[in-house]
Amino acid sequence: MVKKLLLFTAFIFSIAVNAQDYFPKNDGVSTTNNNYTAITNAKIYVTPTQIIEKGTLLIKDGKVVSSGTSVEIPKNSVIVDVDGKSVYPSFIDLYSSFGVEQPKRSTTRGRSAQYDATRTGYYWNDHVMPENKAIEKFNYDSKAANELLKAGFGVVNTHIQDGIVRGSGSLVALNNEGGNEHRILDQNSGQYLSFSKSVTSSQSYPASIMGSMALLRQMYIDADWYAKGHVKTKDLSLEALNSNKSLVQIFDAGSRANIMRADKVGDVYNIQYVMLGGGNEYERISDIKNTNAKLILPINFPDAYDVENAYLASELSLSDMRAWNQKPSNPKILAENNIAFALTTHDLKSPKEFKSNLLKAIDAGLSKQKALEALTTIPAQIIGKSDIIGSLKNGSLANFLITSGDIFDEKTTLYENWVQGTKTVIEDMTKKDIRGNYEFALLGDTYKMSISGELSKLKSEITTQEKKLGSKITYSDDWVNISMTTVDSTKQEFIRIVANVDKNMVLNGKTILPNGNEVSFSAIPSILKNKTESDKKEDDKASHTFIPVSYPNMAYGFNELPKAETILFKNATVWTNENEGVLENTDVLIKNGKIAKVGKNLSDATATVVDATGKHLTAGIIDEHSHIGTDSVNEGGQNSSAEVTIEDVLDDSDINIYRNLAGGVTSIQILHGSANPIGGRSAIIKLKWGESADNLVYNNSPQFIKFALGENVKQSRAQVNMRFPQSRMGVEQVFVDYFNRAKEYDALKKSGKPYRKDIELDVLAEILNKERYISCHSYVQSEINMLMKVADKFSFNINTFTHILEGYKVADKMAEHGVGGSTFSDWWAYKYEVNDAIPYNASIMHNAGVTVAINSDDAEMSRRLNQEAAKSIKYGGVGEEDALKFVTLNPAKLLHIDNRVGSIKVGKDADVVLWTDHPLSIYAKAEKTIIEGVTYFDLKRDEMLRAKIQEEKSELINMMLQAKNKGLKTQPVKKKEKELLHCDSIDNEF
Amino acid sequence: MKILLTYISMLCSLIVIAQQTPAPKQTETIAIVGATAHIGNGTTIENSLIILKDGKISTIVDGKVAKMDLTGMNIIKATGKHVYPGFIVPNSTLGLVEVDAVKASDDETELGSWNPHIRSLIAYNAESKIVESMRPNGVLLGQIAPTGGRISGTSSIVQFDAWNWEDAAIKTDDGIHMNWPNSFSNGRWWLGEEPGLKPNDKYGEQVTEIEKYFNDSKAYNKGTKTKTHLPFEALAGIFSGSKKLYIHVDDEKGIIDAVNFSKENGVKHMVIVGGRETYKVADLLSQNSIAVLLRRTLSLPSHTDDDYDLPYKSAKPLVDKGVLVALQVTGGGMERMNSRNLPFYAGATVAHGLTKEQALQLITLNTAKILGIDDSYGSLESGKSATLFISEGDALDMRTNIITHAFIDGRLLSLETHQTELWKRYSEKFKNQ
Repeated sequence: MVKKLLLFTAFIFSIAVNAQDYFPKNDGVSTTNNNYTAITNAKIYVTPTQIIEKGTLLIKDGKVVSSGTSVEIPKNSVIVDVDGKSVYPSFIDLYSSFGVEQPKRSTTRGRSAQYDATRTGYYWNDHVMPENKAIEKFNYDSKAANELLKAGFGVVNTHIQDGIVRGSGSLVALNNEGGNEHRILDQNSGQYLSFSKSVTSSQSYPASIMGSMALLRQMYIDADWYAKGHVKTKDLSLEALNSNKSLVQIFDAGSRANIMRADKVGDVYNIQYVMLGGGNEYERISDIKNTNAKLILPINFPDAYDVENAYLASELSLSDMRAWNQKPSNPKILAENNIAFALTTHDLKSPKEFKSNLLKAIDAGLSKQKALEALTTIPAQIIGKSDIIGSLKNGSLANFLITSGDIFDEKTTLYENWVQGTKTVIEDMTKKDIRGNYEFALLGDTYKMSISGELSKLKSEITTQEKKLGSKITYSDDWVNISMTTVDSTKQEFIRIVANVDKNMVLNGKTILPNGNEVSFSAIPSILKNKTESDKKEDDKASHTFIPVSYPNMAYGFNELPKAETILFKNATVWTNENEGVLENTDVLIKNGKIAKVGKNLSDATATVVDATGKHLTAGIIDEHSHIGTDSVNEGGQNSSAEVTIEDVLDDSDINIYRNLAGGVTSIQILHGSANPIGGRSAIIKLKWGESADNLVYNNSPQFIKFALGENVKQSRAQVNMRFPQSRMGVEQVFVDYFNRAKEYDALKKSGKPYRKDIELDVLAEILNKERYISCHSYVQSEINMLMKVADKFSFNINTFTHILEGYKVADKMAEHGVGGSTFSDWWAYKYEVNDAIPYNASIMHNAGVTVAINSDDAEMSRRLNQEAAKSIKYGGVGEEDALKFVTLNPAKLLHIDNRVGSIKVGKDADVVLWTDHPLSIYAKAEKTIIEGVTYFDLKRDEMLRAKIQEEKSELINMMLQAKNKGLKTQPVKKKEKELLHCDSIDNEF
Repeated sequence: MKILLTYISMLCSLIVIAQQTPAPKQTETIAIVGATAHIGNGTTIENSLIILKDGKISTIVDGKVAKMDLTGMNIIKATGKHVYPGFIVPNSTLGLVEVDAVKASDDETELGSWNPHIRSLIAYNAESKIVESMRPNGVLLGQIAPTGGRISGTSSIVQFDAWNWEDAAIKTDDGIHMNWPNSFSNGRWWLGEEPGLKPNDKYGEQVTEIEKYFNDSKAYNKGTKTKTHLPFEALAGIFSGSKKLYIHVDDEKGIIDAVNFSKENGVKHMVIVGGRETYKVADLLSQNSIAVLLRRTLSLPSHTDDDYDLPYKSAKPLVDKGVLVALQVTGGGMERMNSRNLPFYAGATVAHGLTKEQALQLITLNTAKILGIDDSYGSLESGKSATLFISEGDALDMRTNIITHAFIDGRLLSLETHQTELWKRYSEKFKNQ
């Protein structure tokens, strides 16, 4: 079928294109059009709540003059009677790259990392480009404009979508006729930001989301310092940043987690970002609400997965399947929670997909009023232009849509999109709507015909004698052409029909039979409403069962956040980790999140009693060195990254949190990786499965930072080495250098003189001031000794050596320094520096008086740290109670949380594990893992959840098969598993 | 007894720098008296009497019933202790790599996709410091297999106390290892593809390629072989039955395809290695008598939604359906050095449905049967090799796996290692400070 382009600008309203009167004119006489245009008899949506029935909209010079039921129409008016039709303000898209050339990835990338900036005169980091202006790259793209116009948009805020700070956007009207002098509504409209680096530079910093966050923070500090005149040199980036300060700041967050992160950055500098959402905000809606951010929402709802292949389907995760079911409800849920949001075509393959996705959201419960607000008044408010766009109030731009009816109805036709008084015709308004059911007779047989689809692209279905015939239909200028197959399907014969549409929608014309004979044709529309379509609609509704959100929103999540209980364990073998040692046949009462009583024959009327006969109760396991529950591990873009913190990038929906609970783990330290000598700050969290990221972190958490030594930091396995240090000798000097700088910085800071705040040096000064502890990745004895000496020189102590596989060689020195050792039970031989690693390490250090912990650095090992601790009984004969302390009380001491956790002592947090067997035995399973009185893991509940997961997945698979059978689009199965992170991990695709 | 102690202390004092000296051939008859003998076939004998003579178990009886004259024998009193057959680690790269990150010490993978002729045995470093660290945990035998490519090469079975690979070999060129095509391939995000796994659209093509290779090889081996084709030559044993075909495959569909492939292509003995999802097709495997070398139990599930303990409990349905199943160590990092944790991988199945003696079978007799060495190894039975050890307690639990004596073919092994030497040296240092 010939695709007919119906989209054209019908005729030019000269009112819109009056040139500036000071421009010379050489092609004729000077003319001015002062006519009015009056759109009459329309249902006018002045705003989503102010609706005029049978009203008039009067416009002149591209602006609304007035609207209402009794508008006085001046004599020099062109009247457009749109009786029965509706008029809406045109839509606004605030997240657009319309007409702005997007930067290309630099193809000349070296093999080695680039540490320095490529530019001079700008900020030290290439990815910060507030000086960029969309207007400088702007070229009106009428093809793209037509796509947007057809989807109902009249104004876009376009910008360069590249870099961490992206500079200012431009508010542009999609006026196909005027020049840029008319279209550009504001050339400095909003500043855009993101966490993603620019494709134009290979500068390696930042190499993680936490690095981007740190960079933004330091940038704001630097901009302030610059504004106050302390900087003697020129920085065009900071100047631009300061002058963009008054603009609305729009942040490309792209997920609920990143919205929280961006908001955290903005809060410190009193910046309330408008966030580009990711569509999963509903998962933790109250957190999103608490940010007070307005959102710009893409509506690229996922297609159903193609689950016909059962093997492939089994690779799908419940959370991906749920996303298909739940995401269309995101706008509704945001609206219900009074979170203001605008909608955008961003992330859609084409604006053509906008309406169908929007209808999905409306089907899922988004009210039409809210939908209209999200496309008109709210984006206008966000961008600060409510006076000229987003409504049809007097004085607004004449940006409006003329539709056949309710714009959010599937069958409604969008006829015209007017922008600044320039009309773009999308469907001919005078064209008769011939969609519906018809009947006609042909050679004695009755034929039924149904015409559906878009007016510009109709579909026909013709049946006779219960047989469906092949048919095609085209329609223009009131003439219909139909070709159809004959009843005898064995023959390749066609019947052609040509007919004119009369005012009663009757099709009159002639039929040309396969043999060339012509007979007259007349098809009469059925009075009956198209029933099949409304039936189908009801089916759709019925199948839209919203799967409730769980916390986290995935397999094994809680339907409601669990609460602390009063629990009485009766008759357990209790490993107290205190002087009492192991108590047989003992009761433990947990109340108000604390250990309330330990003793015999306890009772409490309010308690849930757990018979623990034959079972063991221990303090929860603590992993000093973990990398689960985080989205980033390393910020290796520089040799020091003290400015970053893992607390910024916690991932509350990592299944390994749950799996760790199933192994009796209750607290972990998530460490930065070992890519650089001075790493980032760590997060010490409790594994409160279901809580959001920020609630996992300890209250008043002790402050830690990761340092690293050895092969990793000297880039032993990198192909090209450029970064200092490249040897253990250099590593020492990195530390000495940074500590000296921190010392000088701190002295200046304390002197009261003005100083440039430096987050990195602040953190290092905290170490010198004994407000922050170091956990240092370490292997061989030389470097271990070295770092202790560096610390001595600056009068502080290293808190923990982690890995510390040659700790046994300098255990005496460690004991003297007062540093703890957190080691692997038996790992070795994976790299050269662990050649002398021995499984007796823990026992030798322990015997020498070092506080010893056994850690994991591994999502798998961490869920059986009790077994790893037990290995020190085998290797070196450590006593059982001490062995258990290696993974409970001792790591608590090393993390300075032993006042709260690590033993079963009255008054401590009720973080306990009930084991089915001796807790150091390979035969033991965690039966209940409790944190602050809340049961986060329970074997019985786990059993029940397994059944529920299977049931829910089957239900979703059925729903997806139904969707496919209905002809909806599907996508191939993908398997998304979170990569397991360890010391060496860097952010993918960042 | 006294002689034995002297002998052990002599061994200890001999240690200077290098690896432990392999033990000499057994000359004296040894009697282990009073231990609980874990036979390896699912049964135990309390208070057992085990006599090791000329490298073999000459007697293993219930000590309460049988009274024997033990005059002239070295008697090891082991009341309250436990005796186990030497544990066997199949599909291992022990001796092929010393330090992962040091490329020069890495000999586990050869260039190319079709390498049946590549033999692991000749690269096996009998003096590896990692190999000797197996013995103090009771891991005494292993199948050393190359990795990589479609057909990785040919494995051999060795014992872990030898001067060189020739001495070490107990079964040379026992089988060929093949990697079945993956059902999924990874999106190459650095090429702009979406990251994550997507169905491997070349799967069918890759399976056809294997079929063609096997057909070509069969045809070659039937012919006159005017021109030698080393890889095809190496595959001959697969069709004659002298070599086993170890197919490394994890997913359900791949396992079914691999089983059908073997049946249709005249493979006499096929073993599944890895077999993460074998638990889903236990009936099929049982009906076709296909054995499984199961991936390591102490590993993470491969899907977010999986039961947290899935890898711990996957052996049970196989055992219940009568599938011959043994454990190996792949399926996570640190595989080579962690081979010494094989007993604990078996122990982990006990909290998830198997009995301790069933768990023991997974690393002893079942493994020996699968590898085809059960005539001499894998269980404590008279007439079999005296390859066994004595543990203070339950050897499947790290808490009690404390080994006092270990024997390979009746030879009393040194239980010292590079690691125990460092332990003693530094313990001594601090004791004297």
